[in-house]
Amino acid sequence: METIAKSIWKRLPLSSNYAVAYAARDSDVDEIAAYPITPQTTVVEKLSEFIANGELLAEMVHVESEHSAMSASIGASAAGARAFTATSSQGLELMHELLHIASGMRLPIVMSVAARALSAPLSIWGDYSDVMNTRDTSWITIIASSAQEVYDSIVQAYRIAESVMLPVMVAYDGFMMSHTYEPVFVSEKAGLFRDYIPRKGRVVLDTKKPVTMGAVANPDWYYETKYQQVKAMSDAYGLSVEADQTFSKLYGRGYGLVEEYNVDNSELVILTYGGIFGTVKQAVDEMREQGIPVGAARVRLFRPFPLNELRSLLLKSKAVAVLDRSFSNGLPVSGPLAVELKSMMNSYNINVPVYSYIVGLGQRTVTEADISKIASQALSSKVSNESIYWGVRE
Amino acid sequence: MPAGAVIMEPGNSAERFTGDWRTFKPVINQDKCTRCLRCWVFCPEPAISIVDRQYTSSSGRAWKNSVEINYDYCKGCGICVEECEPKAIDFIEEVK
Amino acid sequence: MSGKPFFRTIFDVPHEEYFSPGHGLCAGCTAGTIAKLLLKVAGPNTIVVNATGCVEVSTTTYPYTSWNVPWLHVAFENTAAAASGVESAIIALKKKGIMDPSTKVNVIALAGDGGTYDIGLQALSGMLERGHRVMYVLYDNEAYMNTGIQRSGSTPEFAWTTTTPVGSQWKGKMQQKKPIAEIVSAHGTPYVATSNPNNFTDMMNKFKKGLETEGPSFVHVLQPCTTGWKFDPRYGIEISRLATETAMWINWENDHGEFRVTVTVPRRRHVRNYLRMQGRFSHLTEQEVNEIQDSVNKKVENINRLVGKTVIGPLVE
Ligand SMILES: Cc1ncc(C[n+]2csc(CCOP(=O)(O)OP(=O)(O)O)c2C)c(N)n1
Ligand code: SF4
Ligand code: SF4
Ligand code: SF4
Ligand SMILES: [Mg+2]
Repeated sequence: METIAKSIWKRLPLSSNYAVAYAARDSDVDEIAAYPITPQTTVVEKLSEFIANGELLAEMVHVESEHSAMSASIGASAAGARAFTATSSQGLELMHELLHIASGMRLPIVMSVAARALSAPLSIWGDYSDVMNTRDTSWITIIASSAQEVYDSIVQAYRIAESVMLPVMVAYDGFMMSHTYEPVFVSEKAGLFRDYIPRKGRVVLDTKKPVTMGAVANPDWYYETKYQQVKAMSDAYGLSVEADQTFSKLYGRGYGLVEEYNVDNSELVILTYGGIFGTVKQAVDEMREQGIPVGAARVRLFRPFPLNELRSLLLKSKAVAVLDRSFSNGLPVSGPLAVELKSMMNSYNINVPVYSYIVGLGQRTVTEADISKIASQALSSKVSNESIYWGVRE
Repeated sequence: MPAGAVIMEPGNSAERFTGDWRTFKPVINQDKCTRCLRCWVFCPEPAISIVDRQYTSSSGRAWKNSVEINYDYCKGCGICVEECEPKAIDFIEEVK
Repeated sequence: MSGKPFFRTIFDVPHEEYFSPGHGLCAGCTAGTIAKLLLKVAGPNTIVVNATGCVEVSTTTYPYTSWNVPWLHVAFENTAAAASGVESAIIALKKKGIMDPSTKVNVIALAGDGGTYDIGLQALSGMLERGHRVMYVLYDNEAYMNTGIQRSGSTPEFAWTTTTPVGSQWKGKMQQKKPIAEIVSAHGTPYVATSNPNNFTDMMNKFKKGLETEGPSFVHVLQPCTTGWKFDPRYGIEISRLATETAMWINWENDHGEFRVTVTVPRRRHVRNYLRMQGRFSHLTEQEVNEIQDSVNKKVENINRLVGKTVIGPLVE
C-alpha cells in the first residue's frame, strides 16, 4: 500500500466536505446541481472552484432550491450525464418527493449528505434525522466515519450506482466530519478511477433512439416496476461488497459493510454509525484497559441492510447497545438502527438482548465517558426495554 | 420489462385504437373537399392524413392527393367537421 | 430576428408526424393539436420534458407512448429544473467529447398552467434567470384539469371550477388571471410569445423562433378544454378563434425587447361571443359580462398604446 500511495496519491488535509468535492472531481462527474445549506455548503464551493479553475470539466447548475437540485440531477442523469449533488437536513427534506422518483426511474445519481438535525426548532448541528427519513426512498445508503472513507465511498458509489441503476447517498456527520480536517489521500493523476468507474452505455434520452422515461403506470404495471427495484436493491448488496473489495485491491483501502472493533470475547457490542464511531472506539480501548469486555461495530452500508455481516456480528455478541443519532417518535424502541436490527433478528431467530440509546441529537456532545456509562448500564442488564434518551434534561 | 418503466418503442400508442370512443362519425365528401388541409392540421389525435390518392371531382378538378380519416383513431370530436369551410365533412351518428 | 415568417400558409406545415394517435386525451382536446404541431416544428432532434398534467398522463400510459422523440416526465412542479438538467447534461457531454459536439438538440419543457403559474413558478424563474437554452411551452387550459377542473392562478375571473363553484356567496373565481407571460418577460427572457392553436401558423412560427433563440424562450398557448370549459368538443378551435377575435386573448411576441402584436384584429367582437359558448361562464350576469368587456377594452387600449398604433381594432359586435 505504501508503494501505491507514493505513486498515485497526494496526501491533503481535508474536511469531509472537501473530501467529497475531490471525490466528485476524481469521479469525473459531468453535472452538478446543488443549493447551499449548512453544513454541506463547502462541498459546492470547492466544486465551483474546481470548475472555475479548469480542474473539473462539468456543468454547474446553480439551482434555486434543493427541489430543483434533485430535479436537475434527474434530468441530467436521464440525458446520460454522471450527475452529482450534495445537501443536508431541510434540503434533503425538500428533495424528498424526488428521491423516490430518482430511484423509481433507476437513475445512478450520487449525492453526499452532511447529516444534520431537522427543524423545528431550527438546528444547524449534526445528527442523522435527515438521513434516516430517507430510509424508504430506495436509495442505497452508505454512512462513512472518516474523511478518507467519504472520499473513497463517493467513488465506490458511482461503481455501485452505475452497475445496479439505483442512486446512492453517502452520508457523514454534519460538522463533526464536514468541518473537521483529517489527512486524506486523493488521486494525484487524472483518470485514476477511469477503469474502476468506466463509462457504460445505458438507456438515456437519445434522439437517435427515442425512449419515454417517467411514464404513468396503472395497477397492472406499477407493482412489477417496484418489485424490480426490490431486486435491484438486493443486487446492490453483493455489488457493494464487490465495489469495496475491488477498490481495496486496486487502491489499498477497503471498509467492509460493517466494521468491527474488538468484538471478540466481548460481553457487549456497541453498535452505531457515522463519525461517533471514533469516540466509541476510544471508549472501548479505555474500558478494555480496565478489563471491561466490550467491543464496537458500525454499520457502513445502511441500505441495503447488511444482513450477513450483522448476523455474523451477532453470533459473536452476548448483548448489543445501539447508539442512534435519530429517532422515530411514537415507538417504544425508537432508534432507527435498533428497530431495524431487532426486526432482522426476529426474522432470523437471533436472540441477543438489544438496548437502544438515543444520543447526540442536534449535536448534543457525546464523550467517551458517556459511552463508558452507557456500556456499564447495558452490561448491568438493568436497562429498559424502551429507548433511553441518554443525558436528556426532563 | 425495461427497468424504471421506460418505454423503448417510440409512438407505440398507435397500437391502441381509440376509434371506439366515437358516437358520431366524420365522413369526408371527397367531391366537395378542396384539399385545404384544415381538418388535417387541427385533428388532435392525429387521425387525418394526406394520402397519395388521385381524385377527379364531378366538376372535373383533378387532385393529386386526398385527405382521409383513419377510423381506428378518430374519436369523433367534430373539430374537422366544424373547421371545414366548404362543409365537406358529414357528421353521422355511429351505428354499432 | 424578425423578417419573413417561416410558416406562411397551411401548405408550409410539415407532413411528418412525431406525435402518435392512440393517446387518451379527451375527444377534441386541443392540447393534442398543440403537441402535434409543436413536434412538427421541432422535428426529431428534440427532447421533451413534460410536467405532470393532462398531456403527460394521457400520452404515456405504460407500456404505450405517443411520443416519437425522447421524452421525460419527472414531477409536477419541476419541469423547468428537469429541463435545465437535460440541457446542462448535453452541454457537458459535448464539451467532454462523449457526445458529438456538432449535434443540435432542442430541449422543450411542456407544462400546463398549474405546473407553470403556480407550483412550477419557482423552478421556471430559476431556469429563466440561469439562461438555459430551453423552450418552455405553456399550454394554458386555465385550470388543473388532470385532477378534475380546480382553479389555478390562470383561471380567469368569474370562471366556474370545482373549487370556485357558483353559489349564493361565490360566483366562480373571484381573482384575476395572473399575467404570466409578462412575468416571464420581466426576467429579461429573450423570446416570449403568446399564441393559440387557431392561429396555427402564428403558433408554429413562435415555436420555431423559440427554438432558434440562444437562451430561454417561453411560448404561452391558449388551450381550450372541452371538459373543463364545458363546450361541445367540436368547438375547441372555434373558441380559440373567438378568444382572438374578442381580444380575450392577444397573440404577441417580445423578441429580444421588440414587442409586436402578431395577429391583428381589425374589428373586435364582444366578449359575449366567447363567454357564451362555455358552460364555465354560463352563470354570468349581463353586468359581469360587461365588466369583463370593460377590462378587455382597457387591455386593448394599453396594447395599442404600447405598439403605437391600432393593432386591435374597435368593438363592432
Ligand atoms: C406536488 C404535487 N401536487 C399535486 C399534484 C396533483 N396534480 C397532478 S396534475 C395536477 C394539475 C395539473 O394542472 P395543469 O398544470 O394546469 O395541467 P392540466 O392537467 O390542466 O393539463 C395536480 C394538481 C402532483 N402531481 N404533485
Ligand atoms: S372527428 Fe375529431 S378525431 Fe375524428 S378526424 Fe375529425 S378532428 Fe380528428
Ligand atoms: S377541411 Fe374539408 S375541405 Fe379542407 S381538406 Fe378537410 S375535408 Fe377537405
Ligand atoms: S380535461 Fe381538458 S385538457 Fe385534459 S384531456 Fe380533457 S380536454 Fe384535454
Ligand atoms: Mg391546466
